Amino acid sequence: MSRWLKGGYAASIFLFLYLPLVVVAVFSFNDSRFSLAWHGFTLDWYVRLWHNTGLMTAAVNSLIIAASAATLATFLGTIAAFVLHQYRFAGRRLLFGTFFVMMMSPDIVIAISLLLLFLALPLNLGFHTLLLAHIVLCVPFVAITVFSRFHRFQHDVIDAARDLGASEYQVFRHIVLPLAAPAVAAGWLLSFTLSLDDVIISFFNTGPGFEVLPLRIYSMVRLGIRPDVNALCVAMIVFTIIALILTKILLKEKK
Amino acid sequence: MKDNILFRKLLISGTLIWVGLLAVVPYLILLRTSFLERGGEILQAAGWSLANYTRLFSPAVFSMAVDSALLAAGTALLCLLVGYPFAYILVRSGEKAQPLLLLLVMIPFWTNSLIRTYALVIMLKADGIINSLLLRLGLIDQPLQLMYTSVAVFIGLVYTLLPFMILPLFAAFKAMDLQLIEAGRDLGAGPLQTLLRIIVPLTMPGIIAGTMLVFLPALGMFYIADILGGARSMLLGNYIRDQFLVFRDLPMGAAASVAMTVAMGILLLLYYLASRRSGGGHLK
Repeated sequence: MSRWLKGGYAASIFLFLYLPLVVVAVFSFNDSRFSLAWHGFTLDWYVRLWHNTGLMTAAVNSLIIAASAATLATFLGTIAAFVLHQYRFAGRRLLFGTFFVMMMSPDIVIAISLLLLFLALPLNLGFHTLLLAHIVLCVPFVAITVFSRFHRFQHDVIDAARDLGASEYQVFRHIVLPLAAPAVAAGWLLSFTLSLDDVIISFFNTGPGFEVLPLRIYSMVRLGIRPDVNALCVAMIVFTIIALILTKILLKEKK
Repeated sequence: MKDNILFRKLLISGTLIWVGLLAVVPYLILLRTSFLERGGEILQAAGWSLANYTRLFSPAVFSMAVDSALLAAGTALLCLLVGYPFAYILVRSGEKAQPLLLLLVMIPFWTNSLIRTYALVIMLKADGIINSLLLRLGLIDQPLQLMYTSVAVFIGLVYTLLPFMILPLFAAFKAMDLQLIEAGRDLGAGPLQTLLRIIVPLTMPGIIAGTMLVFLPALGMFYIADILGGARSMLLGNYIRDQFLVFRDLPMGAAASVAMTVAMGILLLLYYLASRRSGGGHLK
């Protein structure tokens, strides 16, 4: 009895989380523009989405930002994790604390404070400012993911390498990096999804010259439901699922 | 040897410099801006004023902030009440099922929240799924007005943020020695006693982390209020956005953001104290 109760409870939570997404997916294949009733299967909306240049440009922009921000954030975050793990220096605890606070900070505070920095410099809002903002968003997550991987290493390997005369660079390049490679790759995927996921930071830190998907969807959603937006949502969800499954595989411990 | 020291110095100072420039300096600018008078220039040297902070406590702004905080607190509370048993079921699920169930929680966690809000619109619209279903079942004769109400905003926040509560709770249950529950029972503790004196204290870091991850975004997610609440619902996030983009009153928007950071500071302090007490020590 209690087993059924637990199962039913878990199932209803999943229903709550997934029903809206499933409904969007179903409608993205529905051969009707306005009706909620089923009018037969079609791929028409996906074709239309493909030909909607405004939407596709925004989608490509989002992917470019996500890939570049993920790459740079992974680079900076991996170095930060290495620094935090290997070295003892003044400000180490402060750096740790800063990353932790950055991870917990509400997006709107990060967005606003970066906007003020860009206005103060001054930088024109667009690709570069959005890229910088997304790097700031992602780095702490990479640093913590990679750092926790470092924690599980066999430290004798690093000591052995040092005893055998390896330089710091060689230790980093040939010992630490290969051992941490799965976590580094997971950090990249995490950043990629984090960047695609973001609405608020994109809202404040890009300009009219560089439109990304969330802003485009935002202005469309306010005008109502559209079948090609349904198709776009499904495409984005599929992207997220693939990235997540890859991350899971990468972070899986070898037994 | 010299190269080693150079390499080390380069990495440490490089990291500290970019973190300083892109994380610490922007926040200091935010803090400074919040003390400017209306129309003040960013980075101007002179002029300190508490006017914005006083205005935060003026009736109009203060009641908006309180409403937003209550809505966020309600969201966090409901997510906690719903998510707590769920996280427990998840941690107790079989070894084979658990990774899959966890993945099913993570997919909405990582899906763009604007897309999830959009999906909710299809459910809540006057001619949406919920109304069609209720009409067909004969439970109502007229479509309910679900959209553009504060209830819709509340549903939207809970829907979006529930996974942010479940995941830290799951981690807290995972870190806890579940045998302590049986031990408590063997020693004669009733279900309520077990819950309040064993399970809750030991999962307190997860409870606070989850509350933080729900409460703070729930203050700021202005697009959910825009899409589901129309013009009526006002979150602190809507207020900040409007100060920046509509009224161009950057100092006021900055002050409201600082207020939000203060809320975060309080929650972080609680988290730190709780994780020290339960021996978790997540903060290094």
